[in-house]
Amino acid sequence: MLSDNAQQYWKANLRLLAICLVIWFVVSYGCGILLVEPLNAIKLGGYKLGFWFAQQGSIYVFILLIFFYAISMGALDRKYGFDEE
Amino acid sequence: MTSLQIWTYVIVGLSFALYFGIAIWARAGSTGEFYVAGGGVHPVANGMATGADWMSAASFIGMAGLLAFGGYKTSLFLMGWTGGYVLLAMLLAPYLRKFGKFTVPEFIGDRFYSKTARIVGVVCLILASITYVIGQMKGIGVTFGRFLETSYETGLFVGMAIVFFYAVLGGMKGITYTQIAQYVVLILAYTVPAIFISLNLTGNPSPQIGLGSTMTAATGYEGVYLLDHLDQVVSELGFAEYTTQGMNDRLDMFMYTLSLMIGTAGLPHVIIRFFTVPKVSDARYSAGWALVFIAILYTTAPAVGAMARLNLTTTIQTGEVGSPDGNLVYEERPQWFKTWEATGLLQFEDKNGDGKIQYYNDANEEMNAKAEGFGWKGNEMVKIDRDIMVLANPEIANLPNWVIALVAAGGLAAALSTAAGLLLAIASSISHDLLKGVFAPNISEKAELNASRVAMAGAIAVAGYLGLNPPGFAAGTVAIAFGLAASSIFPVLMMGIFSKTMNRAGAIAGMLAGITVTMLYVFQHYGFFFIPELKFMGGMEPNWFLGISPNAFGSVGAIVNFAVAFAVAKVTAPPPEHIQHLVEDIRVPRGAGQATGH
Repeated sequence: MLSDNAQQYWKANLRLLAICLVIWFVVSYGCGILLVEPLNAIKLGGYKLGFWFAQQGSIYVFILLIFFYAISMGALDRKYGFDEE
Repeated sequence: MTSLQIWTYVIVGLSFALYFGIAIWARAGSTGEFYVAGGGVHPVANGMATGADWMSAASFIGMAGLLAFGGYKTSLFLMGWTGGYVLLAMLLAPYLRKFGKFTVPEFIGDRFYSKTARIVGVVCLILASITYVIGQMKGIGVTFGRFLETSYETGLFVGMAIVFFYAVLGGMKGITYTQIAQYVVLILAYTVPAIFISLNLTGNPSPQIGLGSTMTAATGYEGVYLLDHLDQVVSELGFAEYTTQGMNDRLDMFMYTLSLMIGTAGLPHVIIRFFTVPKVSDARYSAGWALVFIAILYTTAPAVGAMARLNLTTTIQTGEVGSPDGNLVYEERPQWFKTWEATGLLQFEDKNGDGKIQYYNDANEEMNAKAEGFGWKGNEMVKIDRDIMVLANPEIANLPNWVIALVAAGGLAAALSTAAGLLLAIASSISHDLLKGVFAPNISEKAELNASRVAMAGAIAVAGYLGLNPPGFAAGTVAIAFGLAASSIFPVLMMGIFSKTMNRAGAIAGMLAGITVTMLYVFQHYGFFFIPELKFMGGMEPNWFLGISPNAFGSVGAIVNFAVAFAVAKVTAPPPEHIQHLVEDIRVPRGAGQATGH
C-alpha cells in the first residue's frame, strides 16, 4: 500500500489537475465555442472577444496553465519529499 | 536561372548542408542514444525540437489556408492542436518519463502485463504514424516541385536521402538536433512574411496585434478595423461573414476540437520526445516550452489566413461590387497570379466573356440574383487551392526574393522534421517492441542498434513508396491519424496511469473497441478501406451521427474506449499486486534515472 504521504501527494496533484483542467475547458470549449455568441458582443480592439478566445486567447492561457502546473507541482514535490535529487 | 531560383537553391542548399553537418556530429553509439538521445536533452531544447516534430507540412502550409477560407469555425484546428499539450503536460508526459522506457507500446505492455497489449499498441502506433507520414512525403515532393521546378519524384528522393542520412546515423540524437535547426528555419520562414504583411495592412509589426488593429491610410480604409473590413468585403460577395463563419455547427466543432486535442496528446512521435529529458519535472516544463514554440506559429497563422483572404479578395474585387470597373481585368493580373495559374492551383474561366474576373459565392441564391443584375454568369475563380495561401503570400505582398526562398526552406524543414520523428517512432516500435520485446528477447544491444537502423531504413523506404504511390485515402490521412491516436492510444495510457484497477482485458478490449468504432464510422462515410464504391452511408451531412463529421469521430471512439475498458475490467480479474506497485511508483517523480530498455 501507498504511504499516507504518497496518498496525500497524489490527492493534492489531482486537486491541482482538476483546477487546471477546468480553466483549460472554460477558455477553449467555453469561451471559444459554447459562449462565443454572447462574448462576441464585447470587443477587444478589432477582435470580437469570443473570436479572440478561439484564435488567440485560449492558446495564451494554455501556455500559462502548463507553466503554472509545472511550478505548482515542483512545490508539491518538495513539500512531500518526492523531488528529484 | 532567375534570381528567385538562385536564392532558393542557395537558402535550401544551406539549410540542407546544416542538417548534414549535424548528422555527422550527432551519431548514435548506443540504443539509448538512438531511441531517446541518451536522455540528456535540455527541456528548452527538447521543447524546440518538439515544436518542429509536431508542426508538419499541414501546419506550415495548410493551416493558414484552412483559416482563410473557413473563418471562425476553423479555429478548432488552432485550439485542438495546442490544447493537446495541456493534456500531455498534465496527464501523460511526466508519468511516462518516470516510467523511463524507450517506447509507448513498451509502457502499454508492462503496465498491462501482456505481450498482446504491447502488440496491439504497436499496431495502433504504426497505423497512426504511417498514415501521417504519407502527408509529409507529399509535402516534400510538392514544395520541391513548386520552388525548384524539379519533378515530384526527384523532390521526394532528395527528401528521403536527407532523412535517411541523419535518421539512420543519429537516431533520436541526430533527429533532435536537426529538429532544433529545422525549427529555427521554419519559424523564420513563417513569421518574416507575416510581419511584412501585417505592417503593410495595419502598420503594426506584430501579426497577433495587427489582426485586431485598424488599417493604414495607404490601404484607403484608415481607422477601419481589419476584421470588420474583411467581414464586410466577403459578405458583399455572398460569402459567410469571416468572424462568425460556421458558428452554428457547435457540437461538431466541440467534438472535432476534442478529437484533435486528445489525438495530439496520444501521438507516439510526440510522446517519445519527452523521454529524452533528464528528469520528470523537466518533462512538465518541456511541454510548456514546446507549446511556446508552437504558439509562435499558431498565433501568427490566424493573421496570415485573414490577411491573405483580404489581399486575395481585394486584388480581384478592386472596386465597389457590381460597378462596371470594380473587377480586375484578366489581362492586367499580377505576376503571382500567372505563376500559380501555371501550376493549375489557381484557375480562371471567363464565364460572361467580359475579360474581367468575378469572384463571388454563386452557391448563395440571394447573391446570384444580384449578380445576374450585374451581368455576371457565375463565379469565375473556378479553382483556388487553399494550400497556396502561405506559399503565395510573400509574392502577393511583393516581398523580396530571399523571403520567398526562405518560405521554401521552411516548408521543407516542417515536412522533413515531422517525417523523421514519425519514422523514428515506427522504427523503434519495430526493433524494440516487436524484435527485442517479443521475438528475440536475448538480442545484444549492438545487434538491436543495428536492427533499429535497418528498421529505420525500411520505414523510410515504405514511406517513400507510399509517397510515390499515394493510396486513395491520402487526402484524409492526417485526420485519420488523429482519430486513431485519440481513440486507442490516449485512453489506454491515461487509464494506465490514473486507474490502479484497470487490467489487461479491459485495456485490450478498450483499445480494440475504440479504434474499431472510429474506423467503422470513417469507413461507412468514406468507403471501406476508402474504396468509394463501398460507402453505404454516403459522405453526406444528413447521415452523420448527431451531425458529427467523420474527422471528428475520434473523440466518440475515445469515449467508447473508456466505457468498454471499465466495463470489461469490472467483470475480470484485477491486475496483480506488482502492477499496482508499478502504478504507485510512476506517480511520484523521485528516482526517475535514465531511460532504459530493460
